[in-house]
Amino acid sequence: MKLEWHRKIKDLLDTAIYIKDIKGDDFLNISSLVDEISEVYENFYHYDEEFIENFISQIENRLKFIIEEGERTLTPYEIVKITRHPQRFTLQDILENVYDSYMELGGEGEINIDPAVICAKAMIVRKVGNELYFHQVMVIGHEKGHGEEFRLGGSAKPWGNEKALRYMKMAETEGIPIHFFIFTPGAYPIEDYPGSAQQIARNLYYMAKLKVPTVAFISEGGSGGAEAIGLADMRLMAEKGYYSVISPEGAAAIEAKLKEGRPPRELVEKCAKALKLTAKDNLEFGIIDKIIPEPPLGARKKDYEFFKKLRLELIKATDEVVLHTRSLKFLRKYVLSKQDTEDFKFFVNWDLDEDEIEILIENRYKKYRKMSQWAVCEPKSTFKTFFDFGHNLGLKFKNELKYRILRPGHKTFKKFLDELTTESSLLFKPVSDPVKTVYNLIVGKKIKTKLPAPLLTEEEISPYTSPLALEDKTVTCPEAEKYGCPDIWVPDLYGEYCGVCPNCGYHFPLEYKWYLNNLFDKNSVKTFNDNIASGNPLEFEGYAEKLKEARKRTGLKSALLSFEAKIGGISLVAVMLVGEFRQGTVGVAEGEKFIRAIELAKVTRRPFLALVHTTGGIRIHEGTLGLIQMPRCTMAVRDYVDAGGLYIVVYDNNSYAGPVASFLGSAPYQFALKSTRLGFAGPRVIKETTGQDVPPDYHSAENALKRGHIQGIWDRRELRKKLFTALLTMGGKNLYYR
Amino acid sequence: MKINYQNLDLILQKFKTNPYKVYSVLTPHTGYIKEFKVKEGDVVKGPSGKWLEKPGTPLFILEREKNQKLIRAKTNGIVQKLRTDLLNKFVEAEEIVLEIKHPLSKEEIISEILLSALYIIRAPETARYILSPSLTSKLEKQGLGKVKVKKGEEILIMAFMKRETPIYFPEEGEFIVYHIYFTPFQLVERDQPLIGFCLEENLPYLQKIIERIKEEWV
Repeated sequence: MKLEWHRKIKDLLDTAIYIKDIKGDDFLNISSLVDEISEVYENFYHYDEEFIENFISQIENRLKFIIEEGERTLTPYEIVKITRHPQRFTLQDILENVYDSYMELGGEGEINIDPAVICAKAMIVRKVGNELYFHQVMVIGHEKGHGEEFRLGGSAKPWGNEKALRYMKMAETEGIPIHFFIFTPGAYPIEDYPGSAQQIARNLYYMAKLKVPTVAFISEGGSGGAEAIGLADMRLMAEKGYYSVISPEGAAAIEAKLKEGRPPRELVEKCAKALKLTAKDNLEFGIIDKIIPEPPLGARKKDYEFFKKLRLELIKATDEVVLHTRSLKFLRKYVLSKQDTEDFKFFVNWDLDEDEIEILIENRYKKYRKMSQWAVCEPKSTFKTFFDFGHNLGLKFKNELKYRILRPGHKTFKKFLDELTTESSLLFKPVSDPVKTVYNLIVGKKIKTKLPAPLLTEEEISPYTSPLALEDKTVTCPEAEKYGCPDIWVPDLYGEYCGVCPNCGYHFPLEYKWYLNNLFDKNSVKTFNDNIASGNPLEFEGYAEKLKEARKRTGLKSALLSFEAKIGGISLVAVMLVGEFRQGTVGVAEGEKFIRAIELAKVTRRPFLALVHTTGGIRIHEGTLGLIQMPRCTMAVRDYVDAGGLYIVVYDNNSYAGPVASFLGSAPYQFALKSTRLGFAGPRVIKETTGQDVPPDYHSAENALKRGHIQGIWDRRELRKKLFTALLTMGGKNLYYR
Repeated sequence: MKINYQNLDLILQKFKTNPYKVYSVLTPHTGYIKEFKVKEGDVVKGPSGKWLEKPGTPLFILEREKNQKLIRAKTNGIVQKLRTDLLNKFVEAEEIVLEIKHPLSKEEIISEILLSALYIIRAPETARYILSPSLTSKLEKQGLGKVKVKKGEEILIMAFMKRETPIYFPEEGEFIVYHIYFTPFQLVERDQPLIGFCLEENLPYLQKIIERIKEEWV
């Protein structure tokens, strides 16, 4: 009996310490309560039974009151602390308590390719009346551990995410649903192969068309790390979880413009509030589908009631995804919505046939396409909506007719004609060849080649002088000490030299307009969707003014420019992330414009080019609405590439974080200009996360090429020529469409 | 190749009385000195960080063709002989603007002494170098300061683009391998020191001096 009380006091002590960690030392005298319980726990055998019994009941009442009060006054930053607390439930606890049996794959504990990522084949049981049905699922998620250092707090290394992808493919082969569990403060920001950003991009690209139902559960959804396994058909979120574009500490460091050190605590709390990272906020934004309730101040590793609830919700969510692909579903969906006990009223087979898989992927695309659209700032009028609808329909009809009906017929006829010509030429060759030779000898005529080489002339571009070139001065190349470069006269540098040091080839930054005028054919650039503007959906304090200033300075409404253009007569659709507008960060407007542009390229069967003047990542001021652009845009990329499109990305200046880890990094052909810096996180974040300094050339284009993240390094002076050649060689006969 | 003890004593004496090395900061090219960023007596730092990625302390601004170039310290030390009279004046290239009095560390002094006392074999070409197999095995057995080499003995192999050229010891007499300056298989620039040798009779004196430096300098 006494031993049970001893254990009980230990639990009470843990609870009190937990509350103290979350709410702070001064919250309702919690520190003195911790001391009181510790005293009794340590000297347990000095007290008599009656004292212990009374003590337990008294402490339980006091703790109950403190927990209720703590729950009532819970702040977003305290929620962040809950998700990171070592006493919070982890994936290992879920595997033990939610699933009936499981087998961990690809490593155990510390002996693992990445202990922060767990993959397991698990069995979940559904009880229907007296019958038990076993469902096999693949469980993939982050493991924070209860304070184990080697788990790195659930920060997946690039090879951890690669492991996740490998088991996703295995689940796809076996046709079993996947349950993703997100418990990460963010991905481990290192560039070693396969590279944080590039691997997340690969995961997103693959998940876009995974042929099995997927359900994600988010407890700690930190930025790109969460997205690496977060693109699911149904997204559940723990009530005391957070899902954010950046950690509050990271946002505070950016807001305070810190280069090193920790941001002030008050600013961190302010950012946690401003980022709107709670489950309730995310549900309101439509980023998640459902909140899983937790006990006051969050579920911990021994909250078995919570695990029961989670198990029910996971089965229900998977059922819902599966039923969405079926024609006969209405009654079952209704009954499922009323289901609140573990005793199910019916069985749903989670196996999907070919048609259902097609519907599943279509549903997934539609779901993410719709997400965050409410936050798009675009002037609307009934006439314009009607006109746009008609225009799009006409465009679709025209191109479908041209490429689906007429082109295949023409292709088949041409193929038949080619075959016929070759056959007949072989038949007549013995007769015709001697005659031809004699004729050519007499007339002196030579056989002409039939392949006209495409031409690219410099006269085709608009003459443009960068305003930077108008100053009469010289500048020093940053690499002068290393390579002994002489000072360069500015009109030469920004004029004839295209911003490139003639001695060492260092690329100075140039304004975005230079690219529009010097890469594309004269008068061929036609921008569209210019009216879509970046907004302030989170009402982030001070951000509206920053946006206004950016708009005034650049004359642009968002950081992404979408346009149709031509290079040497080759028509293409292009987008450009402009560095002058909020460092080329991506928010709702930029995501929507990107998707519309790539959809246009798909409909009109043209190549798609993404020029990255600079991108600083996902715009933190738009929270998860910005973050969700990662899966949204990557899905559009996958759809376009699968449909036969040619997608090329060219990086310049600085390209970091979310966009590189999604719709840019997933491009099959990525190139960078010399002097580009490319990667997942900057040196400050790497130092803070890994505790190690990175060499100055860590993010250089040369290193990115060495690691296999890009396919080549180009010179800005030859960019137009290089792009033209790339379109012809990479596109070949598939230039416009496969 | 005997050590000139008197000369070495003089060097040591010089370091003792003045354990500094003075670096003159020169203008890299013509121009106007627009601003001094330091004062006489200021302590300045040279490039730092694991990869020397953090630049040194700014010293002054030199302007030419409206290009304001910030000249930074290349070494640690104290600013002296600051030519404030040059402010806003035109200067020629290689004009001394200030001096940095750099306090020599124990390691720097030992290295200076060794370079002047030892017989140094320098890299004839920019290439990768390795010790000859016979010298390697001798060094493994006996260690530095004990292995003797004679004229014509193969001491190094210069490797570049799969071409291997042996390097033989050129001096008459028996020398002792005292110090190795390079890392095997790493690229060594031309004229950089590779191995330092000394005569056996000079060895105790050299070791004594080094011990003294290690004890006396902080």
